Amino acid sequence: MYVKQISVFVENKFGRMAEILNALAEKSIDISALSLADTSEFGILRLIVDKPELAVEVLKEEGVIVKLSDIIAIAIDDTPGGLAKALNVLTEANVVIEYMYAFIGKADGKAMTVIRVDDEPKAVEALKNGGVALLTTEDISAR
Amino acid sequence: MAMWQQEIETMPREELEKLQSERLVWQVNRMYERVELFRNRMDELGLKPSDIHGIEDLHKLPFSYKQDLRDYYPYGLFAEPMENIVRVHASSGTTGKKIVVGYTRNDLDAWDNGVARMMYAIGLDNKDFVQVSYGYGLFTGGLGAHGGATKIGATVIPTSSGNTANQIQTMVDFGSTCLCCTPSYAMYLGEAIEEAGMTDQLSLKAGIFGAEPWTEEMRHAIEEKLHIKAYDIYGLSEIMGPGVSYECEHQCGMHVCEDMFIPEIIDPDTGEVLPRGSKGELVFTTITKEGFPLIRYRTRDICSLNYEKCACGRTHVRMNKPTGRSDDMLIIRGVNVFPSQVEEVLLKVGSGITPNYQIIVDRVNNNDTFEVNVEMDESMFADDVKSIEKLEKTITNELRSMLGIGAKVRLVNPKSITRSEGKAKRVIDKRKI
Ligand SMILES: [Zn+2]
Repeated sequence: MYVKQISVFVENKFGRMAEILNALAEKSIDISALSLADTSEFGILRLIVDKPELAVEVLKEEGVIVKLSDIIAIAIDDTPGGLAKALNVLTEANVVIEYMYAFIGKADGKAMTVIRVDDEPKAVEALKNGGVALLTTEDISAR
Repeated sequence: MAMWQQEIETMPREELEKLQSERLVWQVNRMYERVELFRNRMDELGLKPSDIHGIEDLHKLPFSYKQDLRDYYPYGLFAEPMENIVRVHASSGTTGKKIVVGYTRNDLDAWDNGVARMMYAIGLDNKDFVQVSYGYGLFTGGLGAHGGATKIGATVIPTSSGNTANQIQTMVDFGSTCLCCTPSYAMYLGEAIEEAGMTDQLSLKAGIFGAEPWTEEMRHAIEEKLHIKAYDIYGLSEIMGPGVSYECEHQCGMHVCEDMFIPEIIDPDTGEVLPRGSKGELVFTTITKEGFPLIRYRTRDICSLNYEKCACGRTHVRMNKPTGRSDDMLIIRGVNVFPSQVEEVLLKVGSGITPNYQIIVDRVNNNDTFEVNVEMDESMFADDVKSIEKLEKTITNELRSMLGIGAKVRLVNPKSITRSEGKAKRVIDKRKI
């Protein structure tokens, strides 16, 4: 019902992002979605990968702070208005979206998006009832 | 708790002061004869050894300074011929030139006794295993703790500093009951042990930490991490090494070994002796030291003395933890800043914050910049920008209210600040003033 998201504290230092991504590349960890929230002082890098546990281990070895958490990911029709339809379901259920970001590429002609909300169980319920497909970690690893 | 030298440690003050007076007169006489610099300074003041009758005359004597040790490097201030000197210790000065001190056999014995008093005072004896993780070498920490532990018949585990993984394994395998190291290294070890999930395998009950300033908050953090009682020990190589003063089981100030050292608190600007209980610069006179004695040595440490009798029964005066140094105080935008104040703030803000930080001061366009880098840890990190920004802001605000000036707070990666296994580098002052 959820996928694993990795959040990384990124010190605002030249080359820091590259170091982190290189470390993952070295272990052939495939990134399927990514976003960077940044301020002038630091950033939070969020990743969806095929081997989340391994990624956490690798990053910890790099000396960065990592957090692993469950997050909702949905698959939607790759047609105009596809995403809006899914979000309408959440709005109607009074679920607040804190942030979201899209997967790189598509699977089976579907576009995929990661959504962080204030109330996960409520959101899951609403999406299911609204006929929106929820992705699992297995879906990500199988890509 | 038992006492190592009960008669001396509980000597009524009147008797103790009589003993100090006798020893002071003895020391002044022999130093006048043997140490040229001291003789010259006495002569300049028109003082003769015969003018000194006891501790009531102490304030008349000339001060001595760290610079003297550099000027007379290496052996120029020794009061015994080298054949009677059985050990030297040294530390690097800021100018790059080392300072050197020397010990006779009696000096080493007195030193061991000082440390032994502390070890008994905190409940150690010959059944204990004392792991000495201070560096061994010219630095006095390692061999100082080593000597005291040997004196009480404890089993010494001389790991010296460094190799954290090995330190921890040794601690577990050998059943160390007491750890001696710098407080910052104790924190570091505590974190590493926690990370390894080995806290339950420890037999530690006490820690003897010194050689750098630390706060009460840091004491609590160490005690919590290592499940021990953490005791402060004070010393400086110029006077002896660790053990000049130490905490007893009550952790309420450090008893100065007053049968060996007379402490005074002076105004660092005027040199005047301040009334009892005042805060000022700590000055020591070594009244039993043979090899390398000093009269009225300016430690630059700022603290106060408490003459009330301690609950432990010892009569020796207690000095408070130095709150700063009269010479490493930073003046930023005209405001006095002690690194210990920054540390206090960091430990207060949020429970999970490790006290590892670095102050960076610079001058840009004639304006002082003041940056505080604070290492993040997992408990401080949340997957949301707002809460991290809030943490930064809280630290900034707390620093402002403590110091009265604004600091630029930066959260940095864990272990990215150099944490030497000896002393932590807390301040980088890039200003050329
Ligand atoms: Zn006491």
